[in-house]
Amino acid sequence: MSRKETVRDLEHSIIMGHIDSDDEGYDGMMEGTPGTMELVETALEEGIDPQDILTVFNEAMDQVGVKFESGEYLLPDMLASAECVGEAMEILEPKLAAGSGTGKGKFLIATVKGDLHDIGKNIVITMLKGAGYQVKDLGIDVPADDIVAAVREYQPDYVGLSALLTTTMIEMEHVVKKIREAGFNGVKIFIGGAPTSEEFARKIGADKHCRDAMDTIEKIEETRDVS
Amino acid sequence: MSDDAMEYREPLKVKPVERFSSSQIETVHRASMKLLAETGISCAGRTASEVYRAGGCRVEETKKESRTHWQVYFPTQLVEEILKLVPSRVVLGARDPKNTLLLDASSPSVYFGTGSEANVYLRSQLKKFSAEGGHTIQYPVFTEEPGSIKALCESAHLMQQLDQVDFFIRNVNIRDESVTPENKDVNVFFASLLHTSKHVQGGLTDPEALPAVIRMARLIGGGQEHLPISFIVCPIKSPLSMVADSSEKVISIARQKVPMVISSSPQGGSTAPIQEEGITAQINAEILAGIVLAQLAGPGAPVLYGSVPVRARLDTLHDCYGAPEFVRYAMDCAQMARWYGIPCYSSAGVGDAKRPGMQAMAEKLYSYLGTASAGAQYIHYAFGLLAGTNIFSPLQAVLDNASVRLAKDILRTADFDEEGVDAAVQEIQTAAAGSGMFVRGIRKQLRRNRVSHPYEFVSEDEEDRVFAMAQQKLDSYLAQEAEGLSEAVIRQVRGQIPGLLPIETWKGGSL
Repeated sequence: MSRKETVRDLEHSIIMGHIDSDDEGYDGMMEGTPGTMELVETALEEGIDPQDILTVFNEAMDQVGVKFESGEYLLPDMLASAECVGEAMEILEPKLAAGSGTGKGKFLIATVKGDLHDIGKNIVITMLKGAGYQVKDLGIDVPADDIVAAVREYQPDYVGLSALLTTTMIEMEHVVKKIREAGFNGVKIFIGGAPTSEEFARKIGADKHCRDAMDTIEKIEETRDVS
Repeated sequence: MSDDAMEYREPLKVKPVERFSSSQIETVHRASMKLLAETGISCAGRTASEVYRAGGCRVEETKKESRTHWQVYFPTQLVEEILKLVPSRVVLGARDPKNTLLLDASSPSVYFGTGSEANVYLRSQLKKFSAEGGHTIQYPVFTEEPGSIKALCESAHLMQQLDQVDFFIRNVNIRDESVTPENKDVNVFFASLLHTSKHVQGGLTDPEALPAVIRMARLIGGGQEHLPISFIVCPIKSPLSMVADSSEKVISIARQKVPMVISSSPQGGSTAPIQEEGITAQINAEILAGIVLAQLAGPGAPVLYGSVPVRARLDTLHDCYGAPEFVRYAMDCAQMARWYGIPCYSSAGVGDAKRPGMQAMAEKLYSYLGTASAGAQYIHYAFGLLAGTNIFSPLQAVLDNASVRLAKDILRTADFDEEGVDAAVQEIQTAAAGSGMFVRGIRKQLRRNRVSHPYEFVSEDEEDRVFAMAQQKLDSYLAQEAEGLSEAVIRQVRGQIPGLLPIETWKGGSL
């Protein structure tokens, strides 16, 4: 296979959300054909520059975004493509020149203490990885002190806090306060979850409220553009 | 081509809900047999009485208010023997063979279609209403007009495009000045067949029109084995009477072996007992009397068990379609029909509301769910009817299409096997060990049509925009070009079938 063909197939594979050869892809016809994971390995073996592979990821996800906007793709389709990129990044990341990365930034995310819900958080993670962010997931029911400790260790550009319950969303205020008190004033804090709102975000000192995964990506991009 | 090799329109397959126990069914059957044997049917038709007599029924001539009637008594053994002649599978053809319907009494597979012959055609238009504080709302305003050929064409064209409509029963009474009892039937069927390639069904105003209607259907069907039309005859006047001219229609159609619904529509509380066991025993006897007549006239004639029981309003004794009994009666009859092995013609989606709105939605939704859950094969009245069966509203039909889709998605049978369960287990194990998410599984099931769509008219903001969206959809349907008949076929039909009027289509053109 020529390099050109590999790049073309990789892009198509991501657009089709075809993660590996066991997966049937968007149209249900791709089982048994190389998926994103195999094609990334092939691309690296063929000597394609990891940075160029990263460009393929971005271009493929741009096309997926267009399909989603037009209504051709549903959110599960978009997530499947994002998952391809997220998984493939695990292979690609170590190959990228030190410090080059995707350049998009690091995102630390957690469901706050007392809350065990993580569906929304996991969707956000998949989308963030698909968009090229490095994501550190602390999981569910995470105490404020653990989040602060992770901020200190991981040095994220963004922190995302999730809660589904009205009883646990108040914990967000506690976490925001502790992060700021620890001196991390530059880190942007995003909150999300059914009971939260713009007004609540302002009240507790968070930078942004995100309605859903798409809104999260858009708000991060807005933040990056401003900075 | 054999019926088994044919392709049919996809029905809703259900696991039937049965209200009667097997002993209750047998009790109702015995009650019906007792009514037929001991009381019999008062038949006003001489020809029908002669058919019954020749077939082995005891017939006694009587005078009622100076008019001759024939009291027909049905030996139970004779009825049971004749019922064995009734085909359990009926194929209803269509102009487009893909719309052919297979009604199989042994399979609770359900089709939905239109019904009635409404006198009023209800047009709708969206208007904006304002209230203090700058609040506005869009709501339809309605205009009633008498049924006409143009309205019938428009509704047939609309039904062609509504994906949940499986068959078309002429739903608008054509009241144009040029329509006469003699030319009505050919014009009803021609206007319908011109605008829909789905199965077309109607009554006969004039029994003499039967040969012309069948000839026209053959010309339009283009040599297909199954005619694109069938008939509805209601020979019964409850309780336990048979009408002269309708009984003759049953005989004529049965002899032609064209599929026919033999229906009865007693009203619980006025022309039948209000309690379900009473009305079911009676309507069952009445329908079976009609079916026996058809089989004696044309052994093996394809018939549907036409059950349209309704309850009486307790204030006026008019029809009350919005009462739960309407659904219960229908479910009971569907079970009786299945027990006899005869495909069931039933009703759902008709209520008492006079205009589209929440009342109409509530009445219709629960009847779709109830009647279809009983596994009646052929459900009429399902689209656009209001005020019982008196008004047809195209806007309501568009709303009903969305509701029928929901009902179908709720009722469809659980369709999986061991392999499916194994695949699901693998999916759960993979997700539990990995991302915890099942998004890839959604896509797979979407492709296999195993994921339902939410309600069609969903608003993203706080305003209820159901009417606005449905009206917009209706307007777009009516703006479409019709997939009509070829000019050659139209010429052929016009050349061979007498009585056809110039047909003004809903768009104003003429055919």
